[in-house]
Amino acid sequence: MSLLGKKFKLIEDFDQSIAGDYQLLPSRFSAIDKNRYVLSNEVGEYLVVTRLQLENFIRKKVPANTDFYYDLKSKHFLFDGDSNVAIDLLALKYRTKAQRIAQFTALHLFVVTLRCDYTCQYCQVSRQTDDKHAFDMSEETANKALDLVFKSPSPAIKIEFQGGEPLLNFSLIRYIVNEAKQRNLLSRKDLQFVITTNLSLLNDAVLEFCQQHDIYLSTSLDGPEKLHNGNRPRPGKNGYQLTVTAIKKAQDYLGRHKVGALMTTTENSLTQPKAIIDTYLENNLDSVFLRPLSPYGFAVKNQKAHHYDIDRWFEFYKEGLDYVFEINRQGHHFEELYTQLIVNKLLSPFSLGYVDLQSPSGAAISAIVYNYDGDVYASDESRMLAEMGDKKFRLGNVHTDSYPDIWLSNTLLDTLESTVSESLPMCTDCGFLPYCGTDPVYHYATQGDVVGHKALSGFCSKNMKIFKHVIQLLEDDTEAREILLSWVH
Amino acid sequence: MIRLHSKSNTPVSIVEHQKPFIGKVTLNRNLPNGLRAQHVLVISEGTEIPMGFGLVLLAHDEEVNDCPPNAIRLSQELRYLKDHDVIKFYPDILKIDALFRKDANANSFLVTERCNSFCIMCSQPPKEIDDHYLVDDMLAALPLIHPETHEIAITGGEPTLWGDDFIRLIQAAKNHLPNTGLHILSNGRNFKDLNLAIQVAQVRHQDVMIGIPLYADYSQLHDFIVQADNAFDDTIRGILNLKRCQVPVEIRIVIHQKNFHRLPKLAEFIARNLLFVNHVALMGLELMGFAKSNQDGLWVDPYDYQNELHYAVETLARAGMRVSIYNTPLCLIPESIRCYAVRSISDWKNDYLDACLGCSAKEQCGGFFSSNLTKVSQNIKAFG
Repeated sequence: MSLLGKKFKLIEDFDQSIAGDYQLLPSRFSAIDKNRYVLSNEVGEYLVVTRLQLENFIRKKVPANTDFYYDLKSKHFLFDGDSNVAIDLLALKYRTKAQRIAQFTALHLFVVTLRCDYTCQYCQVSRQTDDKHAFDMSEETANKALDLVFKSPSPAIKIEFQGGEPLLNFSLIRYIVNEAKQRNLLSRKDLQFVITTNLSLLNDAVLEFCQQHDIYLSTSLDGPEKLHNGNRPRPGKNGYQLTVTAIKKAQDYLGRHKVGALMTTTENSLTQPKAIIDTYLENNLDSVFLRPLSPYGFAVKNQKAHHYDIDRWFEFYKEGLDYVFEINRQGHHFEELYTQLIVNKLLSPFSLGYVDLQSPSGAAISAIVYNYDGDVYASDESRMLAEMGDKKFRLGNVHTDSYPDIWLSNTLLDTLESTVSESLPMCTDCGFLPYCGTDPVYHYATQGDVVGHKALSGFCSKNMKIFKHVIQLLEDDTEAREILLSWVH
Repeated sequence: MIRLHSKSNTPVSIVEHQKPFIGKVTLNRNLPNGLRAQHVLVISEGTEIPMGFGLVLLAHDEEVNDCPPNAIRLSQELRYLKDHDVIKFYPDILKIDALFRKDANANSFLVTERCNSFCIMCSQPPKEIDDHYLVDDMLAALPLIHPETHEIAITGGEPTLWGDDFIRLIQAAKNHLPNTGLHILSNGRNFKDLNLAIQVAQVRHQDVMIGIPLYADYSQLHDFIVQADNAFDDTIRGILNLKRCQVPVEIRIVIHQKNFHRLPKLAEFIARNLLFVNHVALMGLELMGFAKSNQDGLWVDPYDYQNELHYAVETLARAGMRVSIYNTPLCLIPESIRCYAVRSISDWKNDYLDACLGCSAKEQCGGFFSSNLTKVSQNIKAFG
């Protein structure tokens, strides 16, 4: 009933589609629970549908004039004879998603030394030595690496100092920051710096330098004192105290948002997610990143054990996330960063630059590593693998290879070709594909193959669980949904 | 309500104008002789009438002596005219239009009543007439407008129907008012031709914004609301073309019975597909023209679409878009999104209810269209 004057035509008069006829646009679906599926399109828009709705959609039996029909049309799962602008919009959205590939490498990691004062159980790369020359990056190497950094077409460049403990070679950090800023006078990039450090060498000189150059600090905090010190042994057994004291000092000096902390999950972490999160709260950190177990540590050797670990890790993650929700419900804004990333990926038209969740993989095209000796790796994990004796993902060396040599190396191109999820077995049919990616180094390390069998993949298993969990929360839990939406940036 | 037109003007002396006269109002009877012919002198007191003005408007009722030609007794309702206002005088019917008021919160130029759409809630129903004089009027008025004017607007009908003259208007606005914003209301359909968008961009107007309506997230409903097949596709392509040429675009959504239930989906559609537009305005219905005659099929109490409005505003704002709520009294907007409400109604057609008299939020509230006072929400309540 239109209740409009006679000179106005009815809504049916403006429907130029042939009754009930529509075409399917490219889409994929995966079950999220017994009865429901997530239906996603090529550009990451999604609908949660019942089995019956899904069948009707695919059999072209969804009746026109229903909200479900128009939801499918509006989110570009179908098009009909009344409109053909969907293709233009999909093309635009696809270009938007793919933009990061054109922008190329934004994150450049400089391993300024392998020396470290800690002996963490999960670290493969650090060295305990006073011999500076053996494991420190030289100015000459740094300069060659900077030549490559400033060849990147990315309008934003982030230089991250890694180790070992990078502050053990602070003079080189000073050198690189000054040199990069000098070069940037001409390049005019959005240039940022991060030091990933255990903070034990943090002093006023370092803080003043960070202040002066807007440098971010990223540190490791594994949880309560006992857990942290157990994971991260240090002569004097005072790692936890050193770290939290330095976090406070850095927050006071640089501002809260300039200091972040990451945790590494170990076997011992799995039973105490709340205690870990409380440690973050106690230290005035605004987020926690409940990271999965590292495959380069204790879980790498045995696939079965690994699968078991994913299930245990997921319980740990869920319990932690529930606690994070409780913190937010009590009026304190606090984020779990992996979930935040997934929610943003679900809702954003942009491609977010998280290296592991991209297709093709972010290896070298989002982030690249310059090792202390000038070797160039596709990712931090590639470098760790190399330190374990396998240089499969070494792309070249800054002293002997040019920008094209490195970025067009067969090692990189073959890797990238193996990480286009759209063409990978199982990924190609997965409803979570637009939000996921693939980690070639992980699959190589665990299965001896950069593609890997996804049914046996801990990476796949973990991410599928998280996607389902987050989508269920968004669909079914109003309160959690509100909190998750407040994390969208 | 402020009257912008009146025919209740009476001649006091002989009217020498043969054609309509557009002039700038002054209250200064001592204006140098060289400036007088192009000015309209408004006299609110005194019986001596100075010589040489293009038009003299007597804003009082006293008798005058020795009256020069072109003196008119101004109708009561236009006696607000003051310095820098611009009027048009029709000598044959003694009609006066206020084309520009310096103190107005909005000054718009209707440049045609013709339109290629036929929206079911159009407040300015289209007429198929030759009204090119409206373009000429605006071109004549632009040089007279005060150079510090914040913004002027072009409305219709559909202004782009003028083709090259549409571009001339934008060019003239830029030439004569280099510090003034220009807001253009168009249904956007003609911009499906990329060349028109390129022409607009090439004027390089310093501060132009094209306000384009999008009433639904799918074609059938939008095309029905604007009563034109393919309008949805044309409008979307128009928006894409304008933004391709870096011309700022605002999306305007009038909310009524036919589309309010899809408002959340429309917001999602915009946030996903048209994230790059510069502003989204969610607008209450103005009960004029077709909206009035169709009000049984269109009216919905804003109180009854609060949830949809809330979801839409949050969706757009979360996506980082600039969003505003227009034409809706504050007491009908959920508190958490009240900060998006704007006093959007042009002063001359803006009113309040008796119930608003004691309201503590009246100064911040946009109030009502004068035309809507006969059909108001049952949920209006004054804030204590």
